Amino acid sequence: MSINFSTSIGGAFFANPIFTASGCAGSGKELSHFFPLTSLGAVVTKSIMVKPRSGRATPRMAETPSGMLNSIGLQGPGIDLFLENDIPWLREQGARIIVSIAGESVEDYAVLARKLRNVVGISALEVNISCPNVENRGQVFACHPDTAAAAIAAVRRNIGGELPIIAKLSPDVTDITAIADSVIVAGADGLALINTLLGMVIDTTSMLPKLSQKTGGLSGPAIRPIAVRAIYQVRAAFPKIPIVGMGGVTNGRDAFELVLAGADAVSIGTATFGNPMAAMTIKNELEELCEARGFNSFSDAVSYAHRVEA
Amino acid sequence: MINSKAVQLSAEVVSNKKVGAYHHMVFAVGDMAASCRPGNFVAISVGGASSSLILRRAFAIYRASLRSDGMGLLELVIAPQGSGSKWLVAQEPGDRVDLIAPLGTSFGIPKEPINALLVGGGYGSAPLFSLAETLKSRGCRVDMVLGASTAGKIYAPLEGKRSVNSLTITTDDGSAGIAGRVSDVLPKLIAEHDVDVIYSCGPMAMLEAITLISQRTDVLHQCSVEESMACGIGVCMTCVLPVEGEDGVIRMTRSCVEGPVMDGNKVLWNTSREIPDGVWGK
Repeated sequence: MSINFSTSIGGAFFANPIFTASGCAGSGKELSHFFPLTSLGAVVTKSIMVKPRSGRATPRMAETPSGMLNSIGLQGPGIDLFLENDIPWLREQGARIIVSIAGESVEDYAVLARKLRNVVGISALEVNISCPNVENRGQVFACHPDTAAAAIAAVRRNIGGELPIIAKLSPDVTDITAIADSVIVAGADGLALINTLLGMVIDTTSMLPKLSQKTGGLSGPAIRPIAVRAIYQVRAAFPKIPIVGMGGVTNGRDAFELVLAGADAVSIGTATFGNPMAAMTIKNELEELCEARGFNSFSDAVSYAHRVEA
Repeated sequence: MINSKAVQLSAEVVSNKKVGAYHHMVFAVGDMAASCRPGNFVAISVGGASSSLILRRAFAIYRASLRSDGMGLLELVIAPQGSGSKWLVAQEPGDRVDLIAPLGTSFGIPKEPINALLVGGGYGSAPLFSLAETLKSRGCRVDMVLGASTAGKIYAPLEGKRSVNSLTITTDDGSAGIAGRVSDVLPKLIAEHDVDVIYSCGPMAMLEAITLISQRTDVLHQCSVEESMACGIGVCMTCVLPVEGEDGVIRMTRSCVEGPVMDGNKVLWNTSREIPDGVWGK
């Protein structure tokens, strides 16, 4: 294999385009039991908040056809313990690190950016403004151009330096390109597409919603066509913006589909739950597929589905 | 942290037999069998390559053994309840499944001979027979109580019965043993056999009832909890329950890596659908 498989997102370089998806790999410790984290393009950590958070009550999960609903609710230790424990450990592994942050207010995003601005060893920041598992669905920043821009602008103002900001968007909007436009104007260097979609399962025996919080985020192969569509639309509107694509990627062919739509990197999420080696298998298959389709460089395959045949 | 012995492998089905309401399945797993302990579990991919079932299914290990000819065998007792377990019990000798094991914590084995009472609900009896053998080999007295809704759902194979001093059976409908629940017979058995430790596995309501009895009678209680999981390896955060840590802090704790075997007294029971007050980060 001899193709150039590297990629870059907003000036950050990655040896290969396969990342973990936030919330689907913790901080990498468990997966490191199965493969070295250095073989990933990057570890995208579980979205971290200002304070420790218990997450939502159980049941938190419902399997659906080719997918699953989750309502974890951003369980985590909070930024201080995360910086004390998880980041040093990831640095020791030699992993490329993208830290994902989530806030309940614009001020939270500003606080998180200030805490992270001088941390050594981080390649980029993913700003999760689209988690559906918050108490009030109205708080999803990514559902409105103004709130999305406010969160990203708060990070931009406080992060300083050269750290690229990747805004993670929700597909649960009327026009995702309008949200993309507002966060790019606000200072996002790249986009992560897509977060989960809000769904519900009702247990027909108890005749109540299966999840304790009633709704949850839908992920897995069921949402892949939506990811492909969202990435394709945003790429068509913004030919230069770096995109980290995700949504139901299970094999190399799926990853290649997102790349053709416009993804500069591909995150592996729910597939890891079914197979801890998924990211490694997908990486190998994607590289083989790029080569088999005649690409000498991975970057040449990005957005290739947008070409106009003469 | 994930069980340090965990490996992922393609395992051949060696045998598959229907036993009452359950299937007893044996898989060839090589040397991995030697690192399985009573209480550990296995996570299996179901449905085949083109399946719409994307998540692994977790099963308590019934028995694991490395034979003298070097063949490692892993045995499971499976209740075909959902589409995943139904697919699994339809696999025949020679078929292969993708499994990860051993996962999770195991039952603590005392250094001194003690009096142990093993309590299983339904197919929750599965991990208790290998535990009974281990405890017996350490000189412990081992009494067992198995309960289920009805006689066909009691899993008590002949070879399992040999490793216990006494076996009490309860059924909700009275079709076998004593009519009632396992918790009805526990106080008498605890007193009669001067029980030091209860080991349990079964539905959460049963584990909660046993915890209350263990607290009243001042008996230690190690239980194997059952929470639905998506990954089994500690990354998805779905199988959590509130557990008090050694530092006294109650955290939403993953039952796949910090369980399934837990100290019953440290678990806050009956807490699904609401995070209890006092949990860290609520």
